[in-house]
Amino acid sequence: MNSTTPPLLQVNALSVSPAGVQGGARVVDAVSLQVQRGRILGIAGESGCGKTQLLLALLGLSPRGARVQGQVLWQGQALPAQGAARLRGDRIAMVFQDPMTALNPYLTIATQLCEVWHRHRPGARAQANSRALEMLQAVGIDQPSRRLKQYPHQLSGGMRQRVMLAMALMCEPDLLLADEPTTSLDVTVQAQILDLLLQLRERLGMALIVVTHDMGVLAQLADEVLVMESGRVVEHGSTSQVFAVPQALATQRLLEAARRLDISAAPAAGGGT
Amino acid sequence: MLRFIAWRLLAALPTLAVIITLAFFLLHAAPGGPFDADKAMVPEIRTVIEARYHLDEPVALQYLRYVGGIVRGDFGPSFQYQNTSVNELIAQGLPIDLTIGTLALLLALLLGVPLGMVAALRRNSLADRACTALALLGLSLPVYVTAPLLILLFAVTLHWLPAGDWGEGAWRNLVLPVVALSLPYVAYIARLLRASLLEVLQAPYIRTAWAKGLSGSQVLWRHALRPALLPVVAFLGPASVGLITGSIAIETSFGLPGLGRYFVDGAFNRDYTLVMGVTILYGVLIVLANLAADLLQAWLDPKVRL
Amino acid sequence: MNLGRSLPRWSLGILLGLVLAALIVPWLSPYSYYAPSWDEIDLGPHWHSGHLLGTDDLGRDLLVRLMWGLRISLLVAVCASLTSLLIGVLWGVTAGFIGGRVDAWLMRAVDVLYSLPFIPLVVVLTVLFGRDLVLLFIAIGAVSWLDIARIVRGQTRSLRERDFIVAARVGGMTDAQIMRRHVLPNLAGIIIVYLTLTIPSVILTEAFLGYLGLGAQAPLTSLGTLIADGASQMRARPRLLICPAVLLAVLVYCCNRLGDALRDRFDPASQSL
Repeated sequence: MNSTTPPLLQVNALSVSPAGVQGGARVVDAVSLQVQRGRILGIAGESGCGKTQLLLALLGLSPRGARVQGQVLWQGQALPAQGAARLRGDRIAMVFQDPMTALNPYLTIATQLCEVWHRHRPGARAQANSRALEMLQAVGIDQPSRRLKQYPHQLSGGMRQRVMLAMALMCEPDLLLADEPTTSLDVTVQAQILDLLLQLRERLGMALIVVTHDMGVLAQLADEVLVMESGRVVEHGSTSQVFAVPQALATQRLLEAARRLDISAAPAAGGGT
Repeated sequence: MLRFIAWRLLAALPTLAVIITLAFFLLHAAPGGPFDADKAMVPEIRTVIEARYHLDEPVALQYLRYVGGIVRGDFGPSFQYQNTSVNELIAQGLPIDLTIGTLALLLALLLGVPLGMVAALRRNSLADRACTALALLGLSLPVYVTAPLLILLFAVTLHWLPAGDWGEGAWRNLVLPVVALSLPYVAYIARLLRASLLEVLQAPYIRTAWAKGLSGSQVLWRHALRPALLPVVAFLGPASVGLITGSIAIETSFGLPGLGRYFVDGAFNRDYTLVMGVTILYGVLIVLANLAADLLQAWLDPKVRL
Repeated sequence: MNLGRSLPRWSLGILLGLVLAALIVPWLSPYSYYAPSWDEIDLGPHWHSGHLLGTDDLGRDLLVRLMWGLRISLLVAVCASLTSLLIGVLWGVTAGFIGGRVDAWLMRAVDVLYSLPFIPLVVVLTVLFGRDLVLLFIAIGAVSWLDIARIVRGQTRSLRERDFIVAARVGGMTDAQIMRRHVLPNLAGIIIVYLTLTIPSVILTEAFLGYLGLGAQAPLTSLGTLIADGASQMRARPRLLICPAVLLAVLVYCCNRLGDALRDRFDPASQSL
């Protein structure tokens, strides 16, 4: 790796204090991290540790009134709030936890996919539909032309998650943020989605930040792992390191939980530095 | 969809049956007949007239006769206006009611929706608090209060608009009645939309829309507004009931010759057939309005495809 | 129950003030609300003689008449609301608790009745059966119970499946006992919410009937009657219209405001309408 290219994403001491709370009590507390092009960073932690808020803050989507401090650098350049808005959906995309509620039930799949394209590629409007079809195929949805005309409630959970992915990929982002991408799915579908994410990294060279409480997922996906507790980073290292010698108590607890669910904790073959 | 409509119309029949029966027996059970007010009538003539209107027959027979008429679309003769049938009176009064009612509803939507949107988008700001207080005021002022006050202000004091009278439906005569009738609905719709929009804006799919990089107005108009309008559309059905009530007050206040006026006069003068005819007509209008609101809802909400 | 901070103090204060005034003023004032006084016709507000708001076209003191009208409005409002509450709660609890066919029929009846044009029927009732005040409450109450029946039935149905009800059953309580001891107290919140919606609505209905010339018979007067009288004389004596109109508006506004606050407190999930 060329050490003079700046990392894709660099976060320095990011803190988020929710609205209406004076002093202390930050949901994200001085978090720093780095993501290189084409690498997969996993962020693990129990619910409430601030991982979702971290992702939202990266995109500039913290709840109204929240105070955000710290620095976010994209390809070496500082991101002001407006800058983040320009990149959303285009260079950085996000996939949310519950596909049933994260998709607008009142709009067709086609509308929801195409509007991303229309927004960021206004000159190429005519290709929106074919691009959408392409993406649906890429995420493994059968009969994509039929699906385009349907509404979210007509699709199964797994399909909806794939649609969310397709939507995020419309403009071929450099970085994908995934918040609990497999939590609301059943086991077989989970495995398929994880495979899909790995394939996408191979084919598109896309970087990924995966947030989850399930260490088993990170074992299969992540190159590096960050563990959060109460808004702070308590552990950081390559996947094999963190799994082999967990330092923080929080990490150990998460690994225990994963082990009890009988998921293999062995790191994936291609991971680690 | 046609099956849905047919089914709904069919389901409305018990309601109509209840209305007809209820109104009929109430009117007949009350003390005093339709001609009591005409003290000057000689007994012999009264007997003849009562026979002509079949009032001397047993009540059950009168009922059957009446229902038979209804089925044929005949509401019977009016008792007050000796040579006019109720059908004719309805034909005269209904267009007025429909005009004012529809215009009031449109005005309510035209004013209420933007007010509600502003209040929701500028939540807790001065604009929001002002809109909310105004809306609450609008809800607290019934039409029979605003109507005379509006007349006092615009007609009597300022002489800008006529104080009443239909005037062949000239637009100047329509302004005050339509505005007075619509005010409570502007208020209701504004409040409804504000609450609904605030709720929709918290939905996860709105966050997704932002994450896709859509602009504020795209998020609002394409993603938030349609679901937010659903409760407003659902409200249109019950609103029509209120508009009917309101039109009674409006016609009384402004001296308009609509169904509401006929109804009140008829109730006072015990004009059985007129009162029942108008009541039944109101029932039918309510059913149709509810049906229209439901169809509109189905069109907006893909989860309710017919 | 600490209601102090969340209740709108002005509205509560004004409302209590009005109730107090309605009770006390006619008692304190030397003037009668119905006896004409020919030498005191058409006086403007005249502190000297104690005619604080002046007199009407028959020399009757306006303030006293307003307070009497207020008494009637409040009386009818409370009685009619309680009537509709009684009918609605009994209907709803029975339907919700017994369930099955009884429930289906009871609720179907509600559906049919829901589409009736009520105000016309109330008008018919009041015209025909004399202007008895008691009949008035019953008539208004009888047309307002449908909403509460539906809401109560919904609540009862969800309560029915809860553990403590099942336990009571197993313990041998009869249905009636369960309904009385367990279900009803849990409905208290919903009932308060409902009352906050009906009372202003009933006040308006009664005033409407008064406006049409129905409702409370002379010499008793209602706010609606006063408004109607005022409207017919508005060119010459606008005061006779404005005073009762303002009084009615303030009364209903305060009720609505209080209702909103109570609803927010007892059922934060409900939309303040």
